[in-house]
Amino acid sequence: MVRFSYKTQKYMILFGFLTVPVLLLLTFSYYPAVSLLYYSLTDWTGIGWEMHGVGLANYKEIFTRPEIFGVFKNNAYYFVGGLVQTALALYFAVILSRKLRGRNVFRGLLFLPYVLHSVATVIMFRNVYHAEYGTLNLFLAAVGLSSWQQQWLGNPHLVNFSLAFISMWKYMGLNMVIFIGALQSIPEDLYESAAIDGASGWQSFRHITVPSIRRVIELMMILTLTGALEVFDIPYIMMLGANDTGTFVSTTVDMAFKFRKAGLASAMAVVLLMIVLLFIYIQRKLLFREEKAR
Amino acid sequence: MNREPVWIRTLKYASLIAASFVVLFPLYSVLIGAFKTQAEYYQSGLRLPENFLNFDNFRRVIEVGKLGLGFRNTLIVLVVSVGINVLIGTMVAYALGRFEFKLRKAIFALYLVAQVIPVITTQVATFSVIKFFGAYDHIFAPILLYIGADVLQIIIYLQFVGSIPRDLDESAMIEGASLFRIYRSVIFPLLAPATATLVILKTIGIYNDFYTPYLYMPSQELRVVSTAIYSFVGPNQAQLNVISAGILLIFLPTIVLFLFLQRYIFAGVVSGAVK
Repeated sequence: MVRFSYKTQKYMILFGFLTVPVLLLLTFSYYPAVSLLYYSLTDWTGIGWEMHGVGLANYKEIFTRPEIFGVFKNNAYYFVGGLVQTALALYFAVILSRKLRGRNVFRGLLFLPYVLHSVATVIMFRNVYHAEYGTLNLFLAAVGLSSWQQQWLGNPHLVNFSLAFISMWKYMGLNMVIFIGALQSIPEDLYESAAIDGASGWQSFRHITVPSIRRVIELMMILTLTGALEVFDIPYIMMLGANDTGTFVSTTVDMAFKFRKAGLASAMAVVLLMIVLLFIYIQRKLLFREEKAR
Repeated sequence: MNREPVWIRTLKYASLIAASFVVLFPLYSVLIGAFKTQAEYYQSGLRLPENFLNFDNFRRVIEVGKLGLGFRNTLIVLVVSVGINVLIGTMVAYALGRFEFKLRKAIFALYLVAQVIPVITTQVATFSVIKFFGAYDHIFAPILLYIGADVLQIIIYLQFVGSIPRDLDESAMIEGASLFRIYRSVIFPLLAPATATLVILKTIGIYNDFYTPYLYMPSQELRVVSTAIYSFVGPNQAQLNVISAGILLIFLPTIVLFLFLQRYIFAGVVSGAVK
């Protein structure tokens, strides 16, 4: 066997180990992102390669047709749900990071929905929400609350709440486990000395816990926000976007693959990308300012 | 330590039990529904099924719903993509973690920035790339999209590579091992704990993914679990009992995985967020 010097080997390794991964990254992450920009300026249908430049017409269409830009209001339900979910997650994380009987069982149980199959979860909730035979309405009847029974998916005022709840159900435990991880890194003696100084439980939460995990809370907020902007599975699988439940991404997918308006869909994707980048930029900016101030 | 008042403790447990109920109630619905006959389903409400050995619904969903086929295809996609993905991840981490070279920072930055792009929005353009490679409606399409390393994976691996003492590499070099040999026999095995966590997370991610197989593999024979149950539910809206059986079957693998590997999953989720 021919032996190469370690210097030669180093370059062989670098070339051999990095070429394919970097090519994959460029092909499936960067090239699509860049070509989106190009497609967004055309009238491409997505079939074949024929396309004509249309300037900024697609962008104009997005901002002037309320049924396109207006669907963001449906994303707002998921954002509000996400805020509630983050608050609940923090509450349960605080409880479950202290000594408590059955702590691990509760942790596991509340986290469980996150590992469950997402499509099957949405379909499961279809069985729960079913107006006539759904277990939710049956349960309400069983505990004497028949008057609370609802058309959970049929009532246009309710349906988006019902859908956003699925997202909360699935992701609360994930946020909780992340919070628990952050809480465990707070030194225990901080709480002990606060207790000696006579701080109440709420005071030590307010002045020790929250400042220590601020970064994680902020991160969670940005994930909630971007997550809410990118909701797709739940309305798409449950309703096929009917009953005014379409989100921005599900509308984009429909534009591209159902209505064959790939150019317009590309412009929508670019708009979403810009909004997401803007939020991430604002968050970084806030973080940076704080670190400077310290 | 001061003992907390009874009412606070009661409140804590009450909230935990309420939350557990909310988590378990939908699961209870499908658990009982899966074993009921159709007539029973619509009459018995929340009661337990008459016969817990009634597997008809499972049989139907596996055959008519093509769930058996779905599990087979999912398994193929999983094994191939996760296997290649682990190779790619460890290779990149070894190259970036052990050697100094010009493009090192640039490559890491490429991975970092790529994370910001919401993948689902770029599918319109990814679609044309997949078509270009002739992978459309072929099992290679999802595999191609899944094998790439992501920044979380690289960061976790890099931490591990950093914690492996360089003395190990050097003593292997003294014994005349090649750099490739060092990757294969020293670094790769020592990354096993990180690999375990990442494999589990990746497996859950791929198993749960809906839009990749939905967009890229429309053929019936290429149904994976997600798309099989999705298209089964479409025309069979009424048969809630059979659907319940399908849901239960689909939940089972990840529940089992979770019960046995909870520690790794928590570790991965936490390190994923604190990056």
